Amino acid sequence: MDELKVIVFKLATEEYGIEVDKVQTIERMMPITRVPKTLGFVKGVINLRGVVIPVIDLRGRFNLPAQEYNDQTRIIIVEVEKMQVGFIVDSANDVVDIKRSSIEKPPEVVGGVKARYLDGVAKLDEERLLVMLNLPEVLDKTEVVQLESIED
Amino acid sequence: MDMNQYLSMFIDESNDHLQSLNEKMLELESNPTDLGIVQVIFRSAHTLKGMAATMGFEDLAALTHQMENVLDLVRNEKLAMQEFIFDTLFKGLDALESMVQDITQGGEGKADVTAIVESLQAIVRGDIPAAGAPAAAAAPTAAPAAASTIAVKDSKGIQLDEFQQSVIEQSMAEGHQALYMEVAIREDCQLKAVRAYMVFDLLERYGDVIKSEPSTQDIEQDKFERSFSLYYVTQKDPAELEPMVTSISEIESVNVTRLDAQSLKEMSAAPAAEPEATEAPAPVASTPAPVPAAAPAAPKPAAAAAPKAAKAPAPAPSRTIRVDIDRLDVLMNLFSELLIDRVRLEQLASEVKVPALTDTVEHMGRVSTDLQNIVLKLRMVPVDTVFNRFPRMVRDLAKSLDKKLDLIIIGSETELDRTVIDEIGDPLVHLLRNSVDHGVEPVADRIAAGKEETGTVKLSAFHSGNHVFIEIEDDGRGINRENVLNKAIKNGIVSQDVANTMKDEEVYQLLFAPGFSTAEVISDVSGRGVGLDVVKSKITSLGGHVMVTSELGKGTKFSVQLPLTLSIISAMLIRVGSEKYAIPLTSIVETGIIKAKQVRDLHGSQLIPYRDTHIPLLSLSRVFEVPDFDEREEEETEIVVIRKGDKLAAIAVENFIGQNEIVLKSLGSYLPETRGISGATILGDGQVALIIDPNAFIK
Repeated sequence: MDELKVIVFKLATEEYGIEVDKVQTIERMMPITRVPKTLGFVKGVINLRGVVIPVIDLRGRFNLPAQEYNDQTRIIIVEVEKMQVGFIVDSANDVVDIKRSSIEKPPEVVGGVKARYLDGVAKLDEERLLVMLNLPEVLDKTEVVQLESIED
Repeated sequence: MDMNQYLSMFIDESNDHLQSLNEKMLELESNPTDLGIVQVIFRSAHTLKGMAATMGFEDLAALTHQMENVLDLVRNEKLAMQEFIFDTLFKGLDALESMVQDITQGGEGKADVTAIVESLQAIVRGDIPAAGAPAAAAAPTAAPAAASTIAVKDSKGIQLDEFQQSVIEQSMAEGHQALYMEVAIREDCQLKAVRAYMVFDLLERYGDVIKSEPSTQDIEQDKFERSFSLYYVTQKDPAELEPMVTSISEIESVNVTRLDAQSLKEMSAAPAAEPEATEAPAPVASTPAPVPAAAPAAPKPAAAAAPKAAKAPAPAPSRTIRVDIDRLDVLMNLFSELLIDRVRLEQLASEVKVPALTDTVEHMGRVSTDLQNIVLKLRMVPVDTVFNRFPRMVRDLAKSLDKKLDLIIIGSETELDRTVIDEIGDPLVHLLRNSVDHGVEPVADRIAAGKEETGTVKLSAFHSGNHVFIEIEDDGRGINRENVLNKAIKNGIVSQDVANTMKDEEVYQLLFAPGFSTAEVISDVSGRGVGLDVVKSKITSLGGHVMVTSELGKGTKFSVQLPLTLSIISAMLIRVGSEKYAIPLTSIVETGIIKAKQVRDLHGSQLIPYRDTHIPLLSLSRVFEVPDFDEREEEETEIVVIRKGDKLAAIAVENFIGQNEIVLKSLGSYLPETRGISGATILGDGQVALIIDPNAFIK
């Protein structure tokens, strides 16, 4: 299998990709219940058909400037190591097939997102670059705790 | 054949059999001469062996087989149960249990059980070490001596199962003749299966073939050499039968032996074929001597077993099915979705105001309420599933401590939610250990104290209101208040002054303080680095309490109070700004309103008058940093008085929404543990509300 099916979503000016088999569903914005005393980018929890799932703002996670949610905003529910988490993204409306061979190692800095959150960069065509997310790193809690203590 | 689909069934059923084996063995231990129990044990072991063999778990089947051999001798009254045999069989059960455990975890159920097998074989040989001596694995060479005394001439007899044996015995009792026939077919026979069929056909006309070797099926398929043998019950004279069989062409010889009870026993029990013999030295390694006057003795075990079986509650045919717990969880989730939709429909119906719709929605409401009750009941499991491992544990414990005691279990049918059941096992094990180890005195001390030699530990469970109580009560030495206090003072848990004013109950609660152990001698049982504090924190985390009452010299009682279910609780819904929270009703003492001027500041914390004292007032809006509410701007504030043990505190809220049954949901593993929040629930409007953990608010 050198073809990879990828969900494409937008965050600020960049386009990102998550392998389709890691994505459970994509939801429109819905009411979020705030959970006190959590990190700033953890927006709270939602009720996804009877299951309570925490959602994080991916802009916040990547330290991108915040933006009002609108009707393009989507929550992408991913499941990594039996852990379900929702990502709030600016928009998500594409599924593409990319060749594994077209994924290159990430450059040092892409759009302000730390390279460790990235698996690589895929070239879709001359104009479009797709940033592949490294989900376990994005969801790594130990790193979050360290981040916290630095901010303190 | 793909065995995987049967694996879970096998595991479940093996566990059932092991459990019943354990129970029955304990029963037998207290009543070693009851052959009825032995029969039950034997059957259970036999089924287990069969299942294991079918599934290809050879080690499991082999060990069970050895245990069966021992049990077989016992039920045929050729061996009397005694301590060494019990210990060995129990060891065997433990090994079987760990094998099944291994299979459950995806292993192949392999284990090195040579020592146990050797002990079992030694028992079969009659090689039982003197009581108390270590289970010396006697050399297998001792076997031939015993084996050689087997009376059966050439061990050509066929092994009969207990059913076939009893059929023959009954037929003989009714005046039929039991015959053992060996039929040989001529070597040059072309269609020996046909000849064999003719023999069977002839015999069936005058009587019944009970069992043949090879089996009729094999014979029909030509899977036999030149001869076959069979047990036959008939009214006809053997002398008449023989020429009839030989008259069938191409039959070389017929050898008919008349059987009486004695010879039947010997023949049928003798090893049938090579593979059996390699597994064990003859299961009946006993001389015919121990069988007293065989004829009357043979039907006796059956007769003795019959009334016993009638008395015991007959194992009713199972009317239950096993359901994967995950599926129940899915059902529960789907159901809570349905409830949410119902609320929405009710709203819509009240807006549209079409009578037919309103009626339908109302009916749906009633149906879903009934459904909710049923879904909840599905999750209820009798505490039996936890209790049933205790008799064995207490037995072993008492043995290792050299104490005598009886465990009495009451109310094991009491039902608790599955989630509670899963968690409560360990704390109970601990409390039981405590009772056996620290509570009940050694025999000598008991006699000195004028008590009966055998101590009693009573384990009981019962419902009371919305709670289940589990009590562990012993008639041991009780708790010495002074010892506990001295220890507590030494460890700096309380001061001397406080100690003098403490009530007994408060003193006993000190036992649950971290790092507290009153045991002067660390025994095998205690001193494992886990104290009663762990028990208490576990029970508290389940929303329960543990209380201790004791009378010096008379005994101690641990009383554990648990909520019926963890997944659905009654809660008070409250609002703070735009946010809603749920507070478990169990920790709420009362609700009320206080005026702002009643609040006093003391060293930065706030106090309010409550009854004749002052209790701290906590601000939910500040603790949770609620963005759009602060009660300090209010003239009057609604408060919820909560309790943790005997400490009280008040939580300020904006207003009350009302009492509700809520379904507990976890926040998922991504979020870190948030202090003050124990979970979440989904409200009727589909929104998530967080559940407050009142314990976190009181230090």
